[in-house]
Formats: sequence, C-alpha cells, structure tokens
Amino acid sequence: MPKIAEYEPVVGSSTIEELRLLAGKLQGKVIQNINSTAVGGGVAEILNRMVPLLQELGVDTRWDLIKGGESFFNVTKKFHNALHGKPEEITPQMFEIFMETSQRNINEVNIYGDILFIHDPQPIALIKKKPLKPDSKWIWRCHIDVSTPNKQIWDFLIPFIHQYNGAVFSAPGFSQPLPIRQFLISPSIDPLSDKNKDLPQDTINNVLEKYHIPKDKPIITQISRFDYLKDPVGVIEAYRLVKKRIDCQLIIAGGTATDDPESTKVFAETKETAGNDTDIHILPIPSGSDIEINALQRASTVIVQKSLREGFGLTVTEALWKAKPIVASSTGGIPLQVKHKYSGLLCHSVAGAAFAIKQLLNSPEYAKRLGENGREHVRQNFLLTRHLKDYMLLFLCMYHPEDIVYL
Amino acid sequence: MNAFNKAKEPFKFYTQLHMPELTGLKAANLQELLDLIKTVPGSVIYHHTHRFLQQHQYLSPEPPNDFAYWITGILGEEELGEALYSIDTIQYTSIRELRDEIIRTIENYIVKHPRSLHKFATPGEEFHFLKSVSFVFQTPYTASDLKEFQAVLQRVTISSIYFHMFEARLRTGQGTNDFSNWLEDSLSEKKLANKIASLDPYTHTMENLRNTLIKLIEKRVVGSMEKPPETDVEIALPKL
Repeated sequence: MPKIAEYEPVVGSSTIEELRLLAGKLQGKVIQNINSTAVGGGVAEILNRMVPLLQELGVDTRWDLIKGGESFFNVTKKFHNALHGKPEEITPQMFEIFMETSQRNINEVNIYGDILFIHDPQPIALIKKKPLKPDSKWIWRCHIDVSTPNKQIWDFLIPFIHQYNGAVFSAPGFSQPLPIRQFLISPSIDPLSDKNKDLPQDTINNVLEKYHIPKDKPIITQISRFDYLKDPVGVIEAYRLVKKRIDCQLIIAGGTATDDPESTKVFAETKETAGNDTDIHILPIPSGSDIEINALQRASTVIVQKSLREGFGLTVTEALWKAKPIVASSTGGIPLQVKHKYSGLLCHSVAGAAFAIKQLLNSPEYAKRLGENGREHVRQNFLLTRHLKDYMLLFLCMYHPEDIVYL
Repeated sequence: MNAFNKAKEPFKFYTQLHMPELTGLKAANLQELLDLIKTVPGSVIYHHTHRFLQQHQYLSPEPPNDFAYWITGILGEEELGEALYSIDTIQYTSIRELRDEIIRTIENYIVKHPRSLHKFATPGEEFHFLKSVSFVFQTPYTASDLKEFQAVLQRVTISSIYFHMFEARLRTGQGTNDFSNWLEDSLSEKKLANKIASLDPYTHTMENLRNTLIKLIEKRVVGSMEKPPETDVEIALPKL
C-alpha cells in the first residue's frame, strides 16, 4: 500500500502538507469506521486505502465489522438494489431478518470511537448504541444512489438516519430532505493503484494482443460490469451508427459475477447483439485484472459510459484520469465529472452518444483538449488525497456547527 | 527600500479549505432558481460564486459562477448566462451585494423574455443548492521580506493564495487583499501593493494568479537589487 509521501509527485508537496496540518486538528479523536465486509465491494476498497493513510497522517482511525449470515446479506443485497431504484419484492420477513441480525450486532459490537463513521445500510441500526456514549458523533455514510429510493425501505431506514449527527452522500441528487446535516463527499480514485497507474506501452500492447485487438482502427470502449443499467446493448447500437461513417472497433469489457444470474443474462444478450461483427470485442474480465482494465482504457481512442443509471461513475473518473475523451450519459455523479464540452461530452440517447463519438473521432485535437481538461479536473477533485481532506473536514464539522470555522 | 528590508510585522500565511454541505434545495426552472437565490443563506451564494474557482481551474478565464453555467448549459438561456458570467464579481465586497446583482440580472431578463420561465431541466439535471463550510487555519509559513515572500508564494497551496486574495476582500469588506495590505503597511511597498490590488483575480486560474504574483514581486526584487546588499540572506522555509 503506498505511503502518503508517494502522492507528492502527483498532487504537489503543499497539498500533502495541508493534509498533515489538518490531521493535527484531529489529535485526540478516535474515528471508528464500521461496515459489513473487509474485502470485496467499493466500500471495503475505499476503507482499505483510507484507513492506513489517515493513520499515517496521525488520525487515530480504526475499522470494525458487523457480522451477518447469508440470509441477512441476501436481504441487504435486495435493500441495496431497491434503494438504487430497481424493482424488488420486499417482504415483512426481510425486515425481521434485518432487525434480528442488527440486534445481535448491537449487543456484540464494541463502540469506543469519538466519531462513529457508519457505512451504508447494513450497520445502520448500531445508532441505537448512541445513548451509551452520549458525547459521540455519529455519521451515516451512504455510498448508494438514493435519488429515487424504494419508499418502503427508505421509510424503514429514516428513523435510524434521523438519530445520526450527519449524513454523507456522493452526489447532490442523492440527498433527501432530512432534519440532520448532509454533506457532499465525492468518491475518489487512487492514482497509484494498478487500475490507474501509468503503464509502459509494452504492457498495453500485450493486453491488446492477448484479446486479439488490432491497433489499425480507432477503439471505442466501455468498461463496466454486465448489467442492464450500464446499457451495453445501447453501446453497440451507438457503435453501429458510428461505424456507418467511420471504420472503428468496439470493446465492451467488464466483470461477470458467476453468482449473479442477471449478469450472465446481460452478457449473453450483449454477445447476441454483437453477432458476428469481428470489430466488436465483448470481454469478460475476471475480477482482480486491474492492469488489464487500465491497459484497455489507455489503448482506447474514445471511452463511453452510456449508463441508464449510475452511482458516481468511477469508471468515468478512471478514464478522465488517463486523459481520454469521454462520451457519458448525464446521470448520477457523471455530470459532476464531465462538464459538457469542457471535460467530455454528455449524451442522453443512443443517437446522441453516436453523434458525440463521431465528433471526437473526427476532431482529434478537440478530443485531446477535452481529455487533458478531464485529467486536470480529476487531479483537483477526485483523487484519494481530496477524499482524505474531505473526511478530515467532515470529522471537524461534527464539532463546529458554524459556516466559517477558525481552527 | 530593497528586497531584503525586514517588515514591521511578518506575513503569516493562512489557508482555507471548504466542505460542501447539501441543503436539500433544488430548482428546475428559472423562477424556482430565482426564488431560492433570494432566500438561501449567504454561504450558499458564496459556494456557487466562489467554489468554482478552486474546482474548475481549467475553465478559467470563464468567470466563476455556477448559476451562469447551469442557465447556459441546462436551460439553454445563453444570453442570461452571458449576463451572469459578465457580472464583475470583484467590484462587490459583500455576498449580499453580489446576490442583489444576480437577482437584478435574472429579474430583468425574465421581464424581457417571459417565455424563459417555461423551460425546465430534465429530472436529474436540476440545480442543487449547496453551501460551503469554510475552515481557516494558519500554515507554518511566514515571510519577513520580499524574497521570503516570493519563496513562500511558490510553496503554499492554491487554497492559501485563494484565502488571501479572494476571501480577504469579502472578510474585510474593503475591496482589497491581504498581500497588498501587508506590502503597504509593513514594507511600505505601496506601488507593488497597488499593482496586486488592481489585478482581477476572478479572471485568472489559481496557478496563473500565483505566477502573476510571483512575477510582479520578482520584478520588484530585481529592481531593488541593482545595488545588492553586502550579505546574503538565507531563506529558511519552515519544516513540518
């Protein structure tokens, strides 16, 4: 895991100094993170990086887990999907299972932090322990797009959320009317991780060879798991409109989860839509192949993210960091990252996506400028160091209700 | 006066960091936007007219104004967007005055173009009102003469320069900045102070502003070194 000093060449030494100063203002405070898993999933990925870096900066940061069985996690998976707006059948029994496991965790989890940083709905009921430590500050960190949540589940969560001192969302559109303070913290990418670090051209070439992708024509790429909400079929339709005018090829690459029947189905449908077009490369990439994803992004001429719904859209962040021109749907956190005509092009339809892709392929100088702007935008706003700064400011906010704080 | 004269008081560099807080308020058309601009706290207007400076440096010299960006990009009212972009932010020394000018500009436009009220943002593209919680704290850097000042300017973050150039105007309500005040009061560098005070910081990117400041000081230092002092002054940057 990289040390904080290793980020200096990327963001500048003064930014790192500022983080150290800020950390000094949190001396004596213990930050206790709680979530449901130590590995797998976006939250664990963030905590695995953030916790050691905060500790290195001198902030006493700990990380604890709740426990749950298969039935509990099946329920929370359904809650998660429904909060994202996906239709799910929710039964009263599911709430019972949720509360049963929650009660066990309330009994077993030791609360010792000055600030309790609770991630996502799984451990949300731990707030019931707040009276045991009345001075403690509790923050609910919602990593989910709850812009149109399933009402039944949201109503169930609301009484818990109201007891927190603050809530954190990833995009302005995700916030809901709440009687507590709500903060905006965008996710981030790690510029030194395998998925984002610079790669030698040889590595990129090897990956292209491995997947039999020639370099003789422009490459349009969408990286995302095989999911209806990522609209891979729409991407192929857009490619076909482009292909009528410009000879190009398409890569759709991402993970398929073997335990997720929907993902298998979407993969099959995508393959079927692609038919026998040899310029379309549908690539199921096993998880953990971060360098391959990185190489495919770097080999691309234009990167597309034509999602129908999106959380924050970290694949967009990754593409922008590689200074790639991007065409992306105006949904979820994407408009925060892509300012239309400045750091990429936004689209709302298959035809719109195709038009934007053609513009970029036909105007390489314009495409280059958008890509470079995108990279600078990510450097300023969506790297791990900014995330560290936001977390520390958030913790300080718990002790300062005013709008201007003199530390 | 030369570059090595010591100031009466050293300049202490501060920095300011922002935490965006969601208000839960949003607007889908011009009327809703206007109504909310009239009633939200000053820290909300501040956020949407200033935070842009630090978030979208590459957009400069586009003037920093989220309202103008949304009105142009989402509602497609380019003329109004241009009018808002063109507001000379620097002439306002309080958020209240700036807010009044934004309100006046939008109201005048609505009177001239009543049909603009019928344009709505599609769901997901509404204007979300945020406010900034600002944290101000001292950095370890100080400067006692022009050379030190120049060296520290190269070193501090853009947030520090932002605090002394932008925030100072709103904080003091005097339409000037901390650097000019110090140069004039503590080093008697009135001419240099005036040059810096006359810059329009809103039309520079932050890095560009840093370089402009450094060049102005460098020019002054070179000018004053025509007769160099007998001993060199060692510039010690604080260690963290």
